[in-house]
Amino acid sequence: MFAEEAVHSAGWFLEHAWLIPLIPGVAFAVIILFGKSQVNGKRLLPWAGAEVGLASMVAALTIAIGAAYQWTQHIHGVEEAEPVIKTWTWWQSGGLRFGLGQHIDGLAVMMLLLVTFISTLVQIYSLEYVRGDRRYTHFFASLTLFSAGMLTMVLAENMVQLILGWEIMGLCSFLLIGHWWEEEANARAAVKAFLTVRVGDVGMLVGTAIMYGAAGTFSIRELHEWANDPTTGHTVLLWAAVALFIACIGKSGQFPLHTWLPDAMAGPTPVSSLLHSSTMVVAGVFLVARLYPVFHAGLLINVAGQSFNLIAVIGGITILIAAGLAFVQNDIKKVLAYSTVSQLGYMMMGLGVGAWVPAVFHIFTHAFFKCCLFLCAGSVAHTGSHHSFDMKKDMGGLARKMPVTFATWMVSTAALCGVPFFSGFFSKDEIIDSAGHFNYGVFMVVGLIGAFMTTAYMTRATYLTFFGEPRGAAAHFVHDDHHPVADDAHVAHVAHDTHDTHAAEPAHGKPLPFAPSDSPGLIVVPLLILGFLAVVSGYLNAAPFKIHKMEHWLESSIGLHIGEGGIPEPAAFKWVNAMPSILLVAAGFAVSLALCKQVFGKASSPLKGLTKRNPVLGAGHRFLVNKYYLDDLYEKVIVRGIAHPIAAAAYWTNQRVLDGIVNAVGIGGRKTGDWVYKNVDQRLVDGAVNGSGTVARGTGGVLQPVQSGKVSLYGALLFGSAAVGALVLVLVNS
Amino acid sequence: MLINEFLLLGAVLFCIGVYGVIARKNAVMVLMSIELILNSVNINLLAFSQLHNNLDGNVFALYIIAVAAAEVGVGLAMVLLIYRNRKSISLDELSEMKG
Repeated sequence: MFAEEAVHSAGWFLEHAWLIPLIPGVAFAVIILFGKSQVNGKRLLPWAGAEVGLASMVAALTIAIGAAYQWTQHIHGVEEAEPVIKTWTWWQSGGLRFGLGQHIDGLAVMMLLLVTFISTLVQIYSLEYVRGDRRYTHFFASLTLFSAGMLTMVLAENMVQLILGWEIMGLCSFLLIGHWWEEEANARAAVKAFLTVRVGDVGMLVGTAIMYGAAGTFSIRELHEWANDPTTGHTVLLWAAVALFIACIGKSGQFPLHTWLPDAMAGPTPVSSLLHSSTMVVAGVFLVARLYPVFHAGLLINVAGQSFNLIAVIGGITILIAAGLAFVQNDIKKVLAYSTVSQLGYMMMGLGVGAWVPAVFHIFTHAFFKCCLFLCAGSVAHTGSHHSFDMKKDMGGLARKMPVTFATWMVSTAALCGVPFFSGFFSKDEIIDSAGHFNYGVFMVVGLIGAFMTTAYMTRATYLTFFGEPRGAAAHFVHDDHHPVADDAHVAHVAHDTHDTHAAEPAHGKPLPFAPSDSPGLIVVPLLILGFLAVVSGYLNAAPFKIHKMEHWLESSIGLHIGEGGIPEPAAFKWVNAMPSILLVAAGFAVSLALCKQVFGKASSPLKGLTKRNPVLGAGHRFLVNKYYLDDLYEKVIVRGIAHPIAAAAYWTNQRVLDGIVNAVGIGGRKTGDWVYKNVDQRLVDGAVNGSGTVARGTGGVLQPVQSGKVSLYGALLFGSAAVGALVLVLVNS
Repeated sequence: MLINEFLLLGAVLFCIGVYGVIARKNAVMVLMSIELILNSVNINLLAFSQLHNNLDGNVFALYIIAVAAAEVGVGLAMVLLIYRNRKSISLDELSEMKG
């Protein structure tokens, strides 16, 4: 009896996974409605809504953990694990039915766990980081709504629900990037992020419409079947995949729509950490992974006898482009932002070459170490450099003063670079290895170069932040023992930070502006947890140790079978294959460290100012600083080139053509009116009215004698007409 | 079969009846003319009944004779009432419905 029950029910947590997005959704409403309410002069919610957000995330995390555990039970000993699908009708119109529901499989469970976990930590971190902010309640409301949106998308049962979650995330991203909108740059960044992503979202709608037109369904599961059906035409798959992939490019910051992501760092650091590195930006990658059969078959393009997947091309370009840009950034968060773009490129490339499991696993590991890196940067800015993110001006030499931040930063950096035995190694190296193994030789080289560049720019960022001579605000922090609060520190503070209200608030626990040691506990604890996971999360799928747990949990979500006709079998791990990337990481570290010491460490060096003296290097540097002139291309060439002439032409058309037409219509209308009055109204209509009266009177006069009142005459008429009718009948029938 | 002769007789009787209805001014004569019309129809029905060799026509004729008797009864009653009111049964003078 028990066994029978187990077959029917996948377990309470899996059956009720739809609660996971619902709880933060309700919490959002509670925060926004009651966050600032006061009863008898006391706050209804003592932490102004933050506790509601945090509690909802903890509740969602609990259910997600339960669901993850039950998923491992659910697929235990099963060859093809069935997803747990539920659906309710949202609304119905004609034959069209929109459902809301859940599609819980390995991929969804992994993402649910990831999002709830990171959201919880980031909310804890935010308690300290945005304390005293003027829009504290709204910050937590948006953060909670974001989690609800992402979770809705992750367990979406159909495309409409997926779009719903996708757009909620876009909205929250806009709200949170522009959280400090008093500075115009922040407001601009928010608008830019929103509009750039919108460009992609059009593709999302078009792609969904194409698939609905061709497959007649929104259900993700049925779309899998449709894409796997050999009778489905390649053309329709191609166009659906292209349209959807545009949305993925926009959301996941892939080339050429990556320009919004670094600007999005204008938001508070916890936001960058949660939305713009670990969770929201992987939504595009998630979509590709979710509808993998569509993309796998749709974007497979045959050029010159060599068939390859377009996703891999975009991913490969993105890796190199973004990594190049990371070298010239002075803002620590922008380095991390470009690093995120580059890592998203790895995920896309992995999906493109057919390495589905390593790519999805990279989402998992990347979330932990990248979130940790951002929170470290926030910790440094919060405590060490006083809200400046400028590595060259306000950082340096912080390793000694902030040991916990430094240690977690180093661990996460090692994971990001793919140093062996850290989590990034097991996922990123697997992608590179798979690219080589699945006949994507060029992309393996791209991945290796990317690994080299990653190590190099992270070494540069680490060196500038934590080593060398303390500069600017950091100098005050580091030498705080000797100089208590210096006056010019206030000046520095005002210069660097006009939006944060921390300094005005002495009840911070520590004598601000410069705390003498590492960040407070609410910041440090999430760092430690994430740093720990940056090491151990890789061991869920560590190929060198023959651990394939994650692969086992996830493989039923691919939608394609592994082997002939599906995606290729993963390669067996060999240390020999991993050697090139390990060596390149070591080389990147060594080269970058030597250069940094020369350029930033010494007072004078032949390398210093090289970009100013050497015109070729200078041009390259300028090219990078200006972000390959892509922003200029979009704003000056495309926006001005297209939008401005269109606007001018529209104005001209408006003035000349439209106004002319309007005036002509007016004059014409009046003249027509006159003519109509004279001719039609007076003559025709009145004539007709009078005429009908005259005719009626005449007819009456003519017919009057017939009404004689003589019965015999009526009878004669009756019979006469009957006779005529009979005659006609006879003539017609004969 | 003498069908043509029967139908011809019916037609002649019908025309005489119609002429009587239209031309006569005496109401009693008009009623008699109507009887002629009805009987011409009866002749037609019996002729066709004989031709098709079934009894429907005969039944119809019997009905018509009964209805005609009732009609004449009503008609004569009306004529009697008109005579009492106006001392005349001339149809020419009954022109109150003149339009």
